[in-house]
Amino acid sequence: MSDNYYNSKDLKNFKNISDWSKPLGDRFFEYYSKVFEEGALSAREKSLIALAVSHVVKCPYCIDAYTKDGLQRGVTEEEMMEAVHAGAAIESGATLVHAVQMMNKHKKLSH
Amino acid sequence: MTKSSLRRSNHLLSDPKQQIKILASGTFSSGALPTFSETLNKQDVTLKTDTLDILQVNLGYMCNQTCAHCHVDAGPDRKEIMSPETIDQVIDAIDRFLPNTLDLTGGAPEMNPEFKRLVSAAVERSVDDIIVRSNLTILESNDHFKSYPQFFKENGLHVVSSLPHYSMKTTDRQRGKGVFSKSINALRRLNALGYGRVKNLKLDLVYNPSGAFLPGSEKELEADFKRKLKTDFDIDFNRLFCITNLPISRFLEYLQASENYEEYMEVLVAAFNPATLSGLMCRNTLSVGYDGKIYDCDFNQMLQMPVSGKKQHLIDLQRGDYSGRKIVVHQHCYGCTAGSGSSCQGSIS
Repeated sequence: MSDNYYNSKDLKNFKNISDWSKPLGDRFFEYYSKVFEEGALSAREKSLIALAVSHVVKCPYCIDAYTKDGLQRGVTEEEMMEAVHAGAAIESGATLVHAVQMMNKHKKLSH
Repeated sequence: MTKSSLRRSNHLLSDPKQQIKILASGTFSSGALPTFSETLNKQDVTLKTDTLDILQVNLGYMCNQTCAHCHVDAGPDRKEIMSPETIDQVIDAIDRFLPNTLDLTGGAPEMNPEFKRLVSAAVERSVDDIIVRSNLTILESNDHFKSYPQFFKENGLHVVSSLPHYSMKTTDRQRGKGVFSKSINALRRLNALGYGRVKNLKLDLVYNPSGAFLPGSEKELEADFKRKLKTDFDIDFNRLFCITNLPISRFLEYLQASENYEEYMEVLVAAFNPATLSGLMCRNTLSVGYDGKIYDCDFNQMLQMPVSGKKQHLIDLQRGDYSGRKIVVHQHCYGCTAGSGSSCQGSIS
């Protein structure tokens, strides 16, 4: 066993999750590949969304995978970083919007 | 990572034998990854030549650029160029083999003083498709070479040019500072002559990844290149060829220096696609070195792995000798069979 919680080589074994529950694993991977096909959004746009979400959910496997995917699609450094900022802005906004609740509570309790 | 040729910097990998040694050792000698021959055996396939369609001629390793991933290790310091005598042998070979395509490469093929003579001879012999693999910047380098696009047009040459990306930053990182702007200028001049815009003046671009990853979908990248180059620079071109970086020469040096070699080889092996085997360029191409020696492909040429059999020079080969020859392979061949496959004409499947 590794002393680390994350091992980059585990990404290659992602498909092995089906070993312990094939029907669910198969359906997940079928759904996953369908999601990233060309649709109303291009596969390139979806790749950038996935990169942003990867950062928000702080998944190192996903960050590796979608950085590489972006490179293969010719996505530029600037596009990648803007996508991450979009995710970060939503994430920090989600924190900050709770400040309204804090302010409301503060006002209610304060004399 | 080197910014001059491996040869000039006396790098160990300037010796093809050292490159082959690396490709034969490590994960392949330990059995962790199958060798390319083992993979072919598993598929019950022996790669053999079919019929000669493309005569690819390397006019020399001299180049005005020193690109980071160059599999030729070309550069201004390389003096090896095809002699007039060997050019004569190529012209004789065109008469013997009647190839549909003459593919002129380098280095910068235009830098060979015999370039125009060879082209004119091929035109006289009605070779259907005469390709010049131009790096574009040579066409901007001085007044002499600025006249070459007109020569290309007058002779109906098919221009195939490398442009790793539609962004300046990515292109200049791989090919050198200022290369992108000069390339754009050259493309504009080619467009002005009709290249990429009128039917018989084909202008294709070549994309290769700027790092240790495989190219994405050729169709999608072509659409992005067309949209961006048109919007940003009003540039038109015909097709985008996506080429996988093969682990030899400067790209091998980069892979090792950046500690990406093993992972890259794992990716190539995992992406092996048997459907590419029937379309591999080595099956219908003869690669000719600047000294007239013959190879199954340009990459074998750079690894100095000549064709199998005793006839290893252009002058020895007769028309009937080409077909059915066993193709010489090594681990770098995984680069041509990965994913959608890779050839000098882009993806295979």
